[in-house]
Amino acid sequence: MKRIESLNDFVIKFANVNGTGSASANNLFAKALFRMGLPVCPKNIFPSNIQGLPTWYEVRVSEKGYLGRRGGTDIVLSVNPQSMAQDIQDVEPGGYFIYDNTKPLDLRLLRNDVNIIGIPLTLICNEQYKDPRQRQLFKNVIYVGALAALLDMDFKVLTRLVEDQFKGKEKLVLPNIHALELGHQYARTNIECPIGIRVQSSDKVGDKILLDGNTALGLGAIYGGATVAAWYPITPSTSVVDAYEKYARRVRIDPGTGRRNYAIVQAEDELSAIGMVIGASWNGARAFTATSGPGLSLMSEFLGLAYFAEIPTVLFNVQRAGPSTGMPTRTQQSDVLSAAYASHGDTKQVLLFPSTPKECFDFGALSFDLAERLQTPIILMTDLDLGMNDNMSEPLAWDDDRVFDRGKVMTAEQLEEGVEFGRYLDVDGDAICYRTYPGTHPSKGAFFTRGTSRDEYAIYTEKGEEYEKNMLRLMRKWETIKEYVPGPEIVDCGKKADTAVLYYGTSEESSREALDYLAEEGVYLDAMRVRSFPFNQEVEDFIDQHKQVFVIEQNRDAQLRTLLMAEFELGPDKLKSVLCFDGTPISARNIRKQIKQHLSGNNVTPLHRNIVAGDTK
Amino acid sequence: MSYQIPKFRHPELPVNDLGYTKADYEGSISSLCAGCGHDSISGAIVMACHELSLEPHKIAKLSGIGCSSKSPTYFLGKSHGFNSVHGRMPSVVTGAAMANRDLMYLGVSGDGDTASIGMGQFAHVARRNLNMVYIVMNNGCYGLTKGQDSATADEGSASKKGDANVYSAIDLCGTALQMGATFVARSFSGDKGQLVPLIKAAMTHRGFALIDVISPCVTFNNNPGSTKSYEFVREHAEATGTVDFVPMRKEITTDYKPGFSHEVTMHDGSSIHLYKVDEELDPFNRRSAMMTLEDHRESGSILTGLIYMDRDSRDLHDVLETSQRPLNELREGDLCPGNKMLENINASLR
Repeated sequence: MKRIESLNDFVIKFANVNGTGSASANNLFAKALFRMGLPVCPKNIFPSNIQGLPTWYEVRVSEKGYLGRRGGTDIVLSVNPQSMAQDIQDVEPGGYFIYDNTKPLDLRLLRNDVNIIGIPLTLICNEQYKDPRQRQLFKNVIYVGALAALLDMDFKVLTRLVEDQFKGKEKLVLPNIHALELGHQYARTNIECPIGIRVQSSDKVGDKILLDGNTALGLGAIYGGATVAAWYPITPSTSVVDAYEKYARRVRIDPGTGRRNYAIVQAEDELSAIGMVIGASWNGARAFTATSGPGLSLMSEFLGLAYFAEIPTVLFNVQRAGPSTGMPTRTQQSDVLSAAYASHGDTKQVLLFPSTPKECFDFGALSFDLAERLQTPIILMTDLDLGMNDNMSEPLAWDDDRVFDRGKVMTAEQLEEGVEFGRYLDVDGDAICYRTYPGTHPSKGAFFTRGTSRDEYAIYTEKGEEYEKNMLRLMRKWETIKEYVPGPEIVDCGKKADTAVLYYGTSEESSREALDYLAEEGVYLDAMRVRSFPFNQEVEDFIDQHKQVFVIEQNRDAQLRTLLMAEFELGPDKLKSVLCFDGTPISARNIRKQIKQHLSGNNVTPLHRNIVAGDTK
Repeated sequence: MSYQIPKFRHPELPVNDLGYTKADYEGSISSLCAGCGHDSISGAIVMACHELSLEPHKIAKLSGIGCSSKSPTYFLGKSHGFNSVHGRMPSVVTGAAMANRDLMYLGVSGDGDTASIGMGQFAHVARRNLNMVYIVMNNGCYGLTKGQDSATADEGSASKKGDANVYSAIDLCGTALQMGATFVARSFSGDKGQLVPLIKAAMTHRGFALIDVISPCVTFNNNPGSTKSYEFVREHAEATGTVDFVPMRKEITTDYKPGFSHEVTMHDGSSIHLYKVDEELDPFNRRSAMMTLEDHRESGSILTGLIYMDRDSRDLHDVLETSQRPLNELREGDLCPGNKMLENINASLR
């Protein structure tokens, strides 16, 4: 039988039951490979449930440094009988299916094009441990030990990692190392090691770190100077505020007084959370909230107020699969349109699209500067894939000389000197006006903030021409905003190409990999990663320079494409869609397949209209 | 449109400790209906702030949507104001109060804004004991949309449209008590003598202070058959007692019958003096407050005055242990831990 042979390049999937402690063992495995100098990309594919349902953990190892999902699975490690039938089907021909053979495999599941490896995990545990919880927990550690032997991993890296992870809980170190050894020993004695897929220490990691985007965002809020966090729990955004709180406890408690230089309020709902952010920002503090799709829907009303009354507002939206409750623990980029035009009436919201944890940190901190400079909501659009998975990233860095940009705020001194103040008076020509914080001056600079129409001095008015003037100023401000938001990242393929791809956020890694595949086949495409909305001039120029642009995104309705078409008034033929919306991160193979299908055939019908269920793998 | 009140004033208007006249606390000319109870409440707010010698710019006035929520334009013209969205004033105040603990927060809402769309936020702001004064201008109807019954309309009460309300009324004082409010009072827009000292006491209380002010809607709900009309309220109101607000370091001059008076020292050193009329009520006991409310509901009378006050109230800043310096005054040096810490974090992620 054919056997997949590879060095430092494979995809392994762990099939577990959630709530059994598998996550930490699987993390241990991924982190060990990372410490061996191998780029890894672990992805947790988990149910909206606390205990008892199938959960998967996929680890991509790629010495070439591809960090997106490749597609396909070379090794499945199966410890969940519930999902076994499907799991064995998912193995690539020539791949490996490793399972707990304490109970014999159902013969009906057997595939003769897959290498089947049995390890009696339950049996080993039952012999070693009496306590049922220990049996369950160590089973996971034992299979990691066995994998170390099967893949020829550096065992010392694993044991050192265990020592690091249990620093301060030394009692746990030895039992975990013992469990690793049990698995390792069993595999070495009973199975031919290594299998066709193996690893070897390398130097492809450099100074990179392994971090989830939500933690990076929480840190970004700390470094960006946020003092008020108001939020309502919702997957997959909850860990943003958890991280903010963790680091705030570490660095924001005044050592002298013991009092906190931050306030976290868990609101009664998302309506209230965004209201608190707006109130705090109005009053001169830096504030933020984090949410996901359903929360974004609830916050829409207030986002309209913040847009119209021009109140700095920072919102981190960690997208998940919608609509409605959708698939709460699966990823998508499907809030693009509802965020971009959030709220009734004519509104346009500023969006940022980070694609790495480093960018979550940078954009997270930047959001506060932008919100105060531009006096409008900044909606940072990340997703479950980036937010909740450990992603390999450039290390985080901060310039200690950096000063917060607090935007245009008129001071008591300026008011005293008699500088004219009109809250909505455009004195600089950039359509951004001065504001005052409440309490600034005893007799000057007070104004009434409202969601109703008003004149340049914030006085209520229903005069059509005043209303129109204000709305047109907001459009001019939109032009100013383009100069401040992060520009796109353009990758020239080095050949003359009239076709290009455009992607954003977490579609980046798989897109880059797919472009390499296509280049190997002689298909060359330029690429651009959009990092913000409104789209800057460079985005428009890039699209203009190409005959056709594939827009790669993770939703059904080609939402960014729609936004591009609306903003640039492009016809439907110019932009073609490459989509994935099954809730898993888009894979490189999927992108290559869709682009190739399109290039070879019918160029008239937009591809996304032809997608049928199950065709997006 | 907002029209400013002409600046001309009588030269001998009394000034307070800050040298301000009452006019310094006024706002624009009201555009509410002539005779609207809300305007009387605005007047009471002006008087209370003047008498307390508050600096107008150190007060933030916030509201939701509706007739009541328009009224902040008509008082405290030198204060920042925020007319937010329907029923969501409490969350905006919460954020604002977190940002700057040194301002006084005055929230103004209506019965629609509070008891219907904003019920959730009202309940939770009370529960968090946010340091604010929450005034409900309660007229039992939706004035701005022409008089539909609101959730505080009494069962059987009929507005101008004529049909008696068939639903039970939400008692905002009872709800606030249940939710953990630490200062609960009810008053009547037509009784400035009672309302002004109550507002002053509420402003000095540290924590969430609700004043539910019955404020007749002259246009849609002031007819016979309505339990929120001037006439009905005048006939059925029963006061818990009288409240005197005594500023810091001033002597109490009024004589009170022993056994019925209480002096309460507020956190800023000032005191309020309560003179009880209702013998059953112990306003420092929540159970007693709830019982008295219920007794009056049963008997069909409207209990007004101070109903409950927690003298040991701890507000949200106390609970969250936030810095004494307002959070909006903190700068890079206080907030940003610097690159060195990031290097350590990076090292732990390798």
